[in-house]
Formats: sequence, C-alpha cells, structure tokens
Amino acid sequence: MNGAAAILKALEKQGVDIIFGHPGGTIMPTYDALYDSPIRHVLVRHEQGGVHAATAYARTSGRVGVCMATSGPGALNLVTGLQDALMDSTPVVALTGNVPQALIGTDAFQEADVVGITQPVTKHNIQVRNVNDIPRVIAEAFYIASTGRPGPVLIDFPKDVQQAEFGGTFDVEVDLPGYKPTFKGHPRQIERALEALQKAEKPILMVGGGAQNAASEIIAFAEKSGIPVIPTLMGLGAFPGTHPQCLGMPGMHGSVAANRGIHHADTILAIGLRFDDRVTGKVSRFAPNAHTIIHVDIDPAEIGKLVKTAIPVVGDAKWVAAEMTKGAQKLSIAKWWGQLEEWKSKHPFAWKPKPHLQSQEVIQAFWEATQGKAVVTSGVGQHQMFAAQFYKFDAPRSWINSGGLGTMGVGLPFAIGAALARPNETVIDFDGDGSFQMTLQELATLKKHNLNVKIVILNNGFLGMVRQWQDLFHAKRYSEVYLADSNPDFAKLAEAYGIKGITLTDKTKLHETVKEVLSHPGPVLLEARVYHEEGVFPMIPSGGAAEDMIIENPRETVAG
Amino acid sequence: MRHLVSVLVQDNPGVLQRISGLIARRGFNIESLAVGRTHQEGLSRISLVVSGDDAVLEQVEKQLNRLIEVIKVTDHSEPHVERELALVKVSIAGMEERLEIKDIAEAFRARIVDVAKKSIIFELTGDSHKITTFVEAMRPYGLLEVMRSGAVGMSRGEQVLKVREKKAV
Repeated sequence: MNGAAAILKALEKQGVDIIFGHPGGTIMPTYDALYDSPIRHVLVRHEQGGVHAATAYARTSGRVGVCMATSGPGALNLVTGLQDALMDSTPVVALTGNVPQALIGTDAFQEADVVGITQPVTKHNIQVRNVNDIPRVIAEAFYIASTGRPGPVLIDFPKDVQQAEFGGTFDVEVDLPGYKPTFKGHPRQIERALEALQKAEKPILMVGGGAQNAASEIIAFAEKSGIPVIPTLMGLGAFPGTHPQCLGMPGMHGSVAANRGIHHADTILAIGLRFDDRVTGKVSRFAPNAHTIIHVDIDPAEIGKLVKTAIPVVGDAKWVAAEMTKGAQKLSIAKWWGQLEEWKSKHPFAWKPKPHLQSQEVIQAFWEATQGKAVVTSGVGQHQMFAAQFYKFDAPRSWINSGGLGTMGVGLPFAIGAALARPNETVIDFDGDGSFQMTLQELATLKKHNLNVKIVILNNGFLGMVRQWQDLFHAKRYSEVYLADSNPDFAKLAEAYGIKGITLTDKTKLHETVKEVLSHPGPVLLEARVYHEEGVFPMIPSGGAAEDMIIENPRETVAG
Repeated sequence: MRHLVSVLVQDNPGVLQRISGLIARRGFNIESLAVGRTHQEGLSRISLVVSGDDAVLEQVEKQLNRLIEVIKVTDHSEPHVERELALVKVSIAGMEERLEIKDIAEAFRARIVDVAKKSIIFELTGDSHKITTFVEAMRPYGLLEVMRSGAVGMSRGEQVLKVREKKAV
C-alpha cells in the first residue's frame, strides 16, 4: 500500500463517504488510489466550487465536509472557501497535493507555499512529511475540524509522500496537548446566568450559528422560560422562524422588533454567536440598556472580544442550553412582551407592491409552496437578505449562506453540497445575477449528478446591494454596478448544460411558475426578472445603531 | 502597559510563523519576541513583550491559546525574573575617553568580549530598561552596532510553565 491508498483508507476510517475535488499533477497518486476506493468523488469544475460544496455538505449534515485539490493553482483556489468556512465555523478537511519534497522551495512547476498561505484561513494546517504519519495526521485533522469551535483544516501531501510505501498503523490515538476544548459549561456560571435572567425585566435570547446543533434544547429553554428569541443570520432555523416567540433576525437588515428589542433589553443571553459588526452596528452603541450580557460560546476568545460580558459561559451550546433548561423558570415579562408584540405586528418584514415582479414575493411564494421545508442556499447581496427575511426557517441546518465572509458565488456550490448531503429534500438556491456568474461553471456538476436543486436567479440587472448603497450614500452615482446590458439569457445558459431553464417576467404567472419549478424532477434554473431598483429594508447604515434604523425605503416614501 | 508573556509551544515546523502571523493579523503590538528550546524534547518556549491594556492582553492570551500547537500561555504579572542580552559595538577610533566608557560599562556590569583597533564589543544582560539606558549612555561615544535578544522571563518561586500531566485513561 502506498501513501495515497493510506490517505483514502484513513478517510474511510473517519466515515468519509464523499469528496469534492479536482485532480492535477501532484495529487494524481491519490486520484489513482481513488479509482479503487468506495469513497464517492464529485468532480467540480473549479476548486472553489469543491470547498464551498464541502462546506454546505458539512453544515447540512452535521458531519465533516472533505475537498481535494492539486498543488499551486488548485490549492490556492481553495483559499476563499477556507476563509468562508473559518468565519462561519464549519468543519471542513481540505487535502492538497504538493510537489515532491526534494523540489519544495525551488519554485517548481505548480509549487506554492500552501501551508504558509492557508495558515490564516484555517483552524489548523499541516504538511505530512513522513508517509507513516498519514493516519495520525488525518485523525487529528478530523478531530480538530469537528470539535470545539469547528473550522477548516488543510493537510498538504507532497507527491513523494503519496507514492512512498506505507509501513505504519491505522490504529492511532489523537493526543494534542495544546488542544482541549471545554465542552461542559461551568455550573456556577450557568446558575448565575439563570439568576440574572430571573431578575431581568426585559430579557432577550440571541442564538447564532453555534446553536444550529442545539435547536431542540433552545426551543425547550425558550418555551419553559417564555423568553423572546432573536436568531442571527447564521442562527436562522436554530429557533423556528414561525414560532410566536421569534422576533426575527437582528442587525443591518434585521427586523424592527429584533433591533428595538436588543436596544431596550436589560439582559441579553447570547448563545453561539460572535457579535459581528453586521449584527451590532456601532459596537459602542450596541444594546446600551443591557446591564448584563451573558455569553455562551465554546471559543473563549470570542467572549469579551467585542462586547463587555458580565457572565461568560465557556461550553457547548447544546450542553449548556440543556443544563439551563433544567433550572429555567417562567419569566414574568408580560409588559415587555406587550411592547415587543406591538413592534412585531406594526413592522413585519414587508414590501411595497409594484407592477413589476419583486424578489420578496418570489421568495415568499417558494416559502409557501414548500411549506418552509426546503434547504435553502443563497449567494451574497440583496437576494440573500430577502431570503433571510421572507423564507421563514423552522428547522436547523436548512439555511446555508455566507454570513461572515460574504462570499459572492457560494449559492450554487452550496446547493450542490446540500443536495448530496440531503438527497431526499428539495434544495433551493436563491441567487443574484451577479453572484451566480461567479461560480456558474458548477452547472456541469449539477447536471452530472442530476441533483434536486432549484436555482432561482433574482435578476435585477444590477449588483443590487452595491447599487443600494450608491443610491443611499453616494448620491445615486451608480459606479460599475450595471449588469443588465451584458447578462446572459440564464434559461438558455441552463439549457446549454442540459438543465431545464425557465424565464419569468410576468407577476401574474408567479405561482404557477413556482409550481412548475418544484414539480420538475432534478435541477431547474428559474430566472426571475425582478424590479431593478428594489432596496432591502429595514436598514441600519454601516457604523450606525438601532436608533438609526431606516424602516422604509426613503426614495419610495418621497416618490409616494 | 507593558506585559511579558511566556508561551509554551510544540516545536513543529512553522510554529513561529503561526505565532508571529497571528500577532500581525490581529494587530497586536509587540516590542520583542524571543524563542528557544526547553529541557523537554519537542517543546519550545517563546517570550513576548506586548503593550496594551488588560483587554488587549486578554485577547493576546486567548488568541494564542486557540493555536493547536500552543500548549500554555502565561502573563508574568506576578514576581518574575526578566532578562535580555545585548551586544553593543562602540567605536574607539581616536578616542580619548576610553577609561570613561570602561567606567560606564563597569557600572552596568557589561563585559568586554571583543577589542579591535577601532572598536570594542560589550556584552550586557539585564531587563530591557537597563539595556536601553546603557545603549543611550554609549550613544555619545559612537555606537556602531546594537543587537538585542528580546526579553526572556520566568516566574519566581515554584510556579512553572509545563505540560499538564497526561491523565490516566
């Protein structure tokens, strides 16, 4: 057995059943071994598609996603996806080939310092220099990626290591003296947290991406205590969007109830989130009335990083939420609820109907037609925010988007990874005409595996979010955001790949078209030509606070 | 505020790059960094001098702890020993004040480790402040080269930075 075969055997031992990858010179020994391996390989058309697909596979399945690339350009194409997985705390293991050790440092063909370059974009990375280390390094990589705060780990295999005769053992033990994540929250801290909540008059529970594996515990805690819940963009689905205690997401394009709720709250319990600037706005003006912030996170470095935390609880969200539920009591906060209900009913997410087809109604129609049960991905921009606002996610691991890095182009590769993890479910990629064109080569991957993915391009002919900022903050100087004059015919493009393509322009045909898309087996691309100057509201301008929230589009108020 | 931080790390290839990269990336201000092997095989120890308030120091420690190869981080706020080594080359070409610089050197307990026709090298250990003062005292006489090692430190008494004993399984 050579090193390459040992790599695949070690992956099998980790339970890997699928790898997203693209071959090339230095990873060829492993591709050769793959020929005899039971592990399924999905050939992507660009390595970036592979790492994004692995990310979505991980987030929708709760397992580790695996991607593979060759040295140099192949490995470097993973960089964006690794940072994306890092910022959204996703367990991914990336395997890369490298030039033989004798050539390392000589500027060899397709050589790059991949370990050096990917150091800041991974949770950990390592180059294997001895073939017999392969099983141990792979076991460590999976352990590091999937425990504590999950994240991407890259393993670099010089070609000679893949070719060398393996003489080691697969019976390995993970022993990392510098890596001991704290799983159980401190009981006294949990007690203090419960006491603080009991005393609170205006408590709020915020849940983030770290709570995606704790949904049932969060629901139990919320229902037992009666606390109002705000899931962040990454936390959508960790608490049901249609639950009466849900106030919607907070932040730049969050709901009025959520942002005002946080602004007026006296006590905030935050579970599995990191107070991103898109959530807090100007951090010095965030939650100014909260005398007590309780922060539950498995990563101690997140606690106190941005907001002052009165009660830190280092531990796993699921474990801590379950413990807290045991000690939870019904909170007497009827008055607070009265206020929140008023904001909630007065300012739901809404749009002003126009004669044109509108993004919001397209998403709402898909939500209704799928009864909120689809797995949804998106690119980055206005369509992403509309999807977060109008598709009410009731189940965890059902909303896969790029929250931290804001990577345009993730929608389609995310959908591919999601569809392979959850083959019996409908996957919808709400995409933008700008975002979609960044990774559209993966239509070939989609076709090849005939996945149940419905791509819905909300084509407004603009880089809509940038256009919105130019409209509001740059005197409508639309610098380099116009796409309509050179966009392709998206339906025809899909047809060119052998995928069913549909174009929708007529508002009155919306519901029948949605039905047509969903009832067609296998992949479909729907191009919805939507109103070109729509804005996402409410909006807290960058660097602002809840009080600066613009609730309705000021342009439309003026225009009547 | 100036803090001396000791970091115990696994002596893997690239570990220094990982630490210096993290410090640069997170925008921490460091005055010096010194690294060397310990008595335990596979373990190195790094001394960092960091400036910042308590919140910055807390983030430095927490972010360092996130690195897989970092085993332990400690801030020497307790009584500790701190030393830095410096080599200072001073010009003595045509100098009439040789005795004077020897007197200064003696006051700082600096040793002469090299004498040439036109220059002299002093070796000096002490805390960073002492070394800075010595360098400044020598400046008027004609500094040629200064090499400082960066501060290294250790807690006084029984407190030690070590790998936790492996728990019996």
